[in-house]
Amino acid sequence: MTDERRTDYGPPHYERFLPPIIKENYGKWKYHEVLKPGVMVHVSESGAHLYSVRAASSRLLSIEKIRAYCDLADKYCGGYLRFTSRHNVEFLLSDAKNIDPLIADLKKLGHPVGGLQNSISAIVHTQGWIHCHSAATDASGVVKAVMDDLLEYFTEMKLPGKLRIALACCLNMCGAVHCSDIAILGIHRRPPRVDHENLHKMCEIPNVSASCPTAAIRPAMVGGKQSVEVLEERCMFCANCFTVCPSMPLADPLNDGVSIWVGGKVSNARHEPMFSKLAIPFLPNNPPRWPEVTEAIRNLVELWAKNARKYERMGEWIERIGWPKFFRMSGIEFRKEHIDDFKHAGLTFKRSTHLTF
Amino acid sequence: MAESLPKTPMLDELEKGGWPSFVKEIKLAAKKSPMAVDLLGLLERSYKEKIGHWKHGGIVGVMGYGGGVIGRYNDLPEVYPNISHFHTIRVNQPAGWFYKSDALRSICDIWEKRGSSLTNMHGSTGDIILLGTRTEQLEPIFAELSKVDFDLGGSGSDVRTPSCCCGMARCEWACYDTMRTCYDFTMKFQDELHRPAFPYKFKFKFSGCPNDCVASIARADMSIIGTWRDSIQMDKAAVTEYAKNGMDIQSEVVDNCPAKCMDWDGKELHIENSYCRRCMHCINVMPKALRPGKDRGATILLGSKAPIVEGALLSSVLIPFIKMEPPYKELTDIIDRIWELWCEEGKNRERVGEFIQRVGLGNFLEAIEVDPVPEMVAHPRENPYVFYEEYFEAGDEGSEEEEK
Repeated sequence: MTDERRTDYGPPHYERFLPPIIKENYGKWKYHEVLKPGVMVHVSESGAHLYSVRAASSRLLSIEKIRAYCDLADKYCGGYLRFTSRHNVEFLLSDAKNIDPLIADLKKLGHPVGGLQNSISAIVHTQGWIHCHSAATDASGVVKAVMDDLLEYFTEMKLPGKLRIALACCLNMCGAVHCSDIAILGIHRRPPRVDHENLHKMCEIPNVSASCPTAAIRPAMVGGKQSVEVLEERCMFCANCFTVCPSMPLADPLNDGVSIWVGGKVSNARHEPMFSKLAIPFLPNNPPRWPEVTEAIRNLVELWAKNARKYERMGEWIERIGWPKFFRMSGIEFRKEHIDDFKHAGLTFKRSTHLTF
Repeated sequence: MAESLPKTPMLDELEKGGWPSFVKEIKLAAKKSPMAVDLLGLLERSYKEKIGHWKHGGIVGVMGYGGGVIGRYNDLPEVYPNISHFHTIRVNQPAGWFYKSDALRSICDIWEKRGSSLTNMHGSTGDIILLGTRTEQLEPIFAELSKVDFDLGGSGSDVRTPSCCCGMARCEWACYDTMRTCYDFTMKFQDELHRPAFPYKFKFKFSGCPNDCVASIARADMSIIGTWRDSIQMDKAAVTEYAKNGMDIQSEVVDNCPAKCMDWDGKELHIENSYCRRCMHCINVMPKALRPGKDRGATILLGSKAPIVEGALLSSVLIPFIKMEPPYKELTDIIDRIWELWCEEGKNRERVGEFIQRVGLGNFLEAIEVDPVPEMVAHPRENPYVFYEEYFEAGDEGSEEEEK
């Protein structure tokens, strides 16, 4: 009996990890205030005050760092901490006296405090070259370079509204890149190079054909072997074929790079949720610091910060001023690539005379 | 003892700067882990060559589960033998990502002994990601995780690990108990989570209010977003206090209302709640004065996903308002009918949102026995191409009566 395999038991119950002040005030929170960058207080109907201190993290964490977080949680808040949906770490304090010493310790550890209210929170991102087979760019490196440059906007609250940046290293988008104020998206630009030698051993040919959303892949005999051919002019570089068949690689150092998207949002506040739209079709992969990407993003952030009204998110601002003005103000060249030619593209054409000059 | 570190001039550049450095993290791990040492070498190579070196995963996992482990191998195993296998383990996070230090330490201890010492806190779907181990370590890791009550998460064509915002634990805006619901759903669908049997993945995300802090409307096949039916609760004295303290209620609050359902006469704020769209803006900027109403529940939306294959989708309304109380039977019955239909009719790698696009929302609703309501559409159709399924023949008149 004791050897019986335990399965399907699910995650530990969350109540085990809630500090007493949260258990006592669960569902009774009345309001909250941001006290300073990275620090907020939640006040309960009971009068209890819970202080949260939010610090940046690199998402990729060693167990040494997690243990260091645990030490800080033990020292200042009974061992209780949490992580946010954007990879920040938060410490849950019931004693306000511990806030400043904790912030000092976090800084010593290399983790700036901030990311609340009208700031840029941490960048949601993917694995990139650290762990992914389909990456068209690295993730952690681009994020590190961009956030080193934008750090002041994390640690201060000087923006008109929230700004959410996300990065996905390929079109699979393991992250809400498609609905971010600024999205960094790794892209391929060379059609798959078919490994005719091995494809028939590795892949189901009908599945490979069927995987292509534009029907660019057809079964073919090549060199006496069953394989596929790619109608290259139909390829839009989605890499879905590669996902189902390893013999169709698209990654290519000469042609892979990054595209920049703007104006998406997830929250329902004011404007309904929106998809991000293409701003810059291509920037090169230039490790280790991707200077073209960091510069482009700083320009976008500052342009929005200078011109948006209070609370106006990137997409709300652009919608108000219109896309032609956005392109004029940003200096980004409008090109053929910006015009949609996938399904329902016509819905994105300008169908009125509401134009600014 | 780990071997000496490879030369990594490009990665070393990313140890500089004010943002926390992932390179420092890998180097911290490399003090003890040969896997982290080889990862540094391989990553430096990717930085030089501008290309990744990871291959498609094979099928690896733990006995009895079809998901939870992502197989990963590098394409230069002779050069980087310590990471020839570098499988990811997804561990189901506690709801709301709350931890106590002892639980986190127990995971660290397992991972120090049996993996690369590197993690993601957390992955995009919400799991704890244990990044990089060998096939023969998978069973021992699962056994040890089990001893400290952590189970694996989802992967492949199954229910992916559900996630939620911190809800009632630390937010005054939670319109239902997101953490409890997330936990209850995770437990109810354990079989569907661990044993992939769907056409493709299915994600649940639970947000307590329309601010949607877990991005459920963009990232979940089923988005469960808290809302309320009655009036916004207002503390008039607190509104006055905001005005007194310098808030321009007209421009900051009233002018930003998408429904134009508020007015401010300089003394009193009036909200015409029957026109309120529950956007949260006024509540967000005056949290001491305004709160969601008391008749709370959730809006259920269906179908969001990233672009692959047929284009990105946002979730759209399935149920405008539902009370979120255990055992959630009305909702789980609908989920059962959705899964039954999608498993039967869905194509391989077709998300439920794409399936709905293909068969039509009207037909989909009919099949899952949900009545169409105007809340489901931004506007009615603009084209006249209705697929009427039946028509009358001469002499049919009155036949409807007779059928009754």
